[in-house]
Amino acid sequence: MTAVLCRHFGLAHIEIAEDIASDTFLKASEHWAINGVPDNPTAWLYTVARNKIRDYFKHKSVFENKIKSAAKPVEIELEKDFEINHQIIADSQLAMIFAVCNPANPIEAQISLALQILCGFSVEEIANAFLTNRETIKKRLQRARTKLRNDKFQIDYLTAADIKTRLETVLKTLYLLFNEGYFSTTNNQLIRKELCFEAIRLTLVLTENSLTNTPQVNALLALMCFQSSRLEARTGVNGEAILFDKQDKSLWDRSLIDRGNYYLVEACHGGEISTYHLEAGIAYWHTTFTDNNKWEHILQLYNKLILVEYSPVTALNRAFAFSKVYGNEKAIKEVEMLNLSESNYYHELLGYLYSSIDVPTSIQHYTRAINLTKSKVEQETLQQEINRLLQISLPPFK
Amino acid sequence: MKEFALIFRLKDISDFKPSPEQMQERMNWLAGIASQNKLADKGNTLLPFAASAKTVKPNNVITDGAYTEIKEFISGYIVVKADTIDEAVEMAKGNPIFDQVGGSIEVREVLQRD
Repeated sequence: MTAVLCRHFGLAHIEIAEDIASDTFLKASEHWAINGVPDNPTAWLYTVARNKIRDYFKHKSVFENKIKSAAKPVEIELEKDFEINHQIIADSQLAMIFAVCNPANPIEAQISLALQILCGFSVEEIANAFLTNRETIKKRLQRARTKLRNDKFQIDYLTAADIKTRLETVLKTLYLLFNEGYFSTTNNQLIRKELCFEAIRLTLVLTENSLTNTPQVNALLALMCFQSSRLEARTGVNGEAILFDKQDKSLWDRSLIDRGNYYLVEACHGGEISTYHLEAGIAYWHTTFTDNNKWEHILQLYNKLILVEYSPVTALNRAFAFSKVYGNEKAIKEVEMLNLSESNYYHELLGYLYSSIDVPTSIQHYTRAINLTKSKVEQETLQQEINRLLQISLPPFK
Repeated sequence: MKEFALIFRLKDISDFKPSPEQMQERMNWLAGIASQNKLADKGNTLLPFAASAKTVKPNNVITDGAYTEIKEFISGYIVVKADTIDEAVEMAKGNPIFDQVGGSIEVREVLQRD
């Protein structure tokens, strides 16, 4: 709703739009509690919003005329038609996504802003998601909003050129928003899931407009569907991470995997191969049950991915796939050349690879990983693994 | 950090088309360098066949095919990042090409222009 109202007011007046939107929902919660939910809740909400806009303008014009009789020109056109239909709602959301994902802001600020404006998260919830305090988030949002206002991004009419130049940034933000949920260190399962599903919802909005329904967007959506199919299976009752090999596969969400397959096929129109395609391909192979050269396919995709874009995570994941194809000993050589000894994941991977070859070295690496990670849950999981190794290594064979 | 071109030479044109397994090994080697964040440019493979290669010499003399010294010809190149030429040589040593078909890799520091 904020998005639709912003289309009306312009981005400079986003606070007014937000106030009216929250007033509207407040009124709805009071009214609906007493009179029940109306037949067409959307229409009801927008009628209320429209009236509130009228009131707002009435007050504003009284204020402008009587108090500030110096008569500064009124910034907002008064009698713009405020019209609502499904198309306008969809277009407004799309435009808002493009406005929020502004490369002028650092990426964490874009994500925070997306959570607040597009997903309706409170400052508290955002702070929880980022494992930081409310003040930090508040300041971050304030700075980001100032930049947004000064950017003069045309929200009422998205041109094909705007979309082309900014789609990359939009996808990156949505990708990171999803990852924030999928890999975040917060133990709050609810928040994590919500982040993932909000990212999916926003990416879906992109597929509904012919200008943004590109192969890349579909690839990203496929990736998100495949990954979230394992959301239930990858966390235990105490919030501990369950490694891929140990997951209960019956907990994998078949319908999300099917959706993923659908979007992956959609993504293959046109010859373009983006990093999202490669990652979606990797995620696809993870959802398959049979072992038919699965890891070879995954390794090949990681090989391509690392050639397009280096990242420490990709390098480590590739090395894991390498171990599945060529065995732990060869993989250890690969990993030890990676020069990532400050990363806890690097030591976790070496701990894992050494566990079947050289238990003391494995324990050394796991211990180093425990010292490097900040996540309590991860520390506990790693400690359990060390305890298991200590037990099987008795009596010491080395 | 300096940059070095690794220039691949093969002994015989019949070695040019690798089997899928050989291709996979070469990809693994290349991706291994990229995993260390030491690949500056993934370079190119250069087609050696008569229809895709010609050598131009003075006096409008043009010969078909890749330039060869005895039978050795250049099959491609990549550019890696390394602190010293010895480090670049170590990377080149790991290339599966030697076990697969022989050939050679020339390691050349790239002149840095400001």
